[in-house]
Amino acid sequence: MSATHSTAPRSSKPLLRVEGVSVRFGGLVALDDVSFDVHEGDMLGLIGPNGAGKTTMMRSIIGVVQPTSGTVLLDGESLNGMPIHKRVQRGLSLSQQLVKPLRGISIADNVAMAAASAKTGSPLSALLNVSDTKELEAAKAELTRVGIAAVSSQSPGIQPLGVLKRLELARALALKPRLLLLDEPLAGLNTQEARSLASTIAEINQQGLTVVLIEHNLGEVMRVCRRLVVLDNGKKIGDGEPQAVMRDQVVRAAYLGSGVSGQDDCNNQQRETQHA
Amino acid sequence: MNYEISLLTTMAIAVMFALSLNLITGFCGQISLGHAAFQGVGAYTAAMLGHAGWSFLATLPIAMLFAGALGVIVGLASLRVRADFLAITTMGVGFLFVGIVRQQEFFGGELGLSSMPDHGFGRFGFMLLALFMCVLTAALSIYIKRSWMGRVFNGIAEDEDTMRVLGIDVPRYKLAAFAIGTALAGLSGSFYAYHINFIGPDSFGFVESITVLSMVVFGGIGSVPGVIIAAALLAVLPAWFQVIGDYKLLVYGGLLFLMMRFSPGGMAGLAKRFIKPEAVAKKEQA
Repeated sequence: MSATHSTAPRSSKPLLRVEGVSVRFGGLVALDDVSFDVHEGDMLGLIGPNGAGKTTMMRSIIGVVQPTSGTVLLDGESLNGMPIHKRVQRGLSLSQQLVKPLRGISIADNVAMAAASAKTGSPLSALLNVSDTKELEAAKAELTRVGIAAVSSQSPGIQPLGVLKRLELARALALKPRLLLLDEPLAGLNTQEARSLASTIAEINQQGLTVVLIEHNLGEVMRVCRRLVVLDNGKKIGDGEPQAVMRDQVVRAAYLGSGVSGQDDCNNQQRETQHA
Repeated sequence: MNYEISLLTTMAIAVMFALSLNLITGFCGQISLGHAAFQGVGAYTAAMLGHAGWSFLATLPIAMLFAGALGVIVGLASLRVRADFLAITTMGVGFLFVGIVRQQEFFGGELGLSSMPDHGFGRFGFMLLALFMCVLTAALSIYIKRSWMGRVFNGIAEDEDTMRVLGIDVPRYKLAAFAIGTALAGLSGSFYAYHINFIGPDSFGFVESITVLSMVVFGGIGSVPGVIIAAALLAVLPAWFQVIGDYKLLVYGGLLFLMMRFSPGGMAGLAKRFIKPEAVAKKEQA
């Protein structure tokens, strides 16, 4: 099922392995025995209709949600029971769907906070370090990478959503992750903004960073992702090379609704995001 | 002259105490309604060690250690609860402290502990020492605020879930805030015991916890200069106006309510609001 491509030979050990993960909230089954691998250098799209369990999947990878059963492994090491900050220190980084900048400090300081992990690892080392020159330089580099260096000294409180989405991405990048988890980075952006941010994400992946992307904008997903995992009602119903996955009857029926062509849906998605 | 010396000592102790709470509530955003208990632990430690023959200076680190240790224990409770529940938990700790001290003959019971041994500095020297410690506490506060610890505290105060996703070990930072803040409260407590020359269960009750919280809120949560001015001012008001001393809880409780309702940023927030428009106007003229 899984697609092969040049940067991720099948034989190599996966960077992230999701093994039979189930998440139940009371009686609700959010994820039902989901398994997939993410290889070094992958650009994986995690898609599915609303309520399919995509965000829950990402949250159980980063540790906000603990799986009811199953295991998430990073580099062969189980992350079960590990607190969020330890997972982040091991190389996971999450860019959240709802942007949550710290409003009291500037955009550059927000990114610098993420870049300061070497100094903020323990309260004692944080107490002994005052200088932020290096962190602000790193922040500037990430902000340039995502294209909002011009507003770096401003407060996040007055920025449009397009800038905040990029800030969220810059902050996730500043953690210097090995695996970047992006939860709907394009939501709420217009067509041009979405296209340019998707290109930025593709570039970042080409520079060697492994990316898992949740996105409703199918047009951009098909353009930048090299592999798709499709969830529906908490179950995995598709996994593989994007074109092949989209041709699959089960995926079409569940995700697109039978009788709707993929291309039309892409256009609808883009129109919707334009209105949003 | 004696009156002024006594007043300045009172101010220095109050400022130390308020800055210690400011570290926990102001910097790190963890509300505490039982902060007087930690001052009490420091005061009782210093008094009892003093009676056992220790010199005043030697009691200071032990008082800080004991208060800080209790602070870490309460801090551990804060890891499980947030905001309103933390307020109730810390309030409970305050009552627990008073309850335990009141019932134990060992701690002097209802009568408290009085007639401390001579600290050997004289009234003026003791005032200078209190002022010196007060300046050190203020310097430490300002340093912490500028360090990465202060930035992380600030982030936790605003949104601890985001800080976790940024790789911050939030529980350890909260414990650090409680440890430092309560140790400094213990320091202020040892000075209090020797300054007032009497400590009893009611010296560190709920009223005192509310008083110190109103100092922090009145000055501006998190603002070091604001809290210093507010604490110094509110510490001497009861001495100047008898009526405030008589209606302490009413006055400070009322103040707390008014500030939260009309200026959550405290005096520091008010000052900023008045200064900022002028600064902007000046820039426009230039």
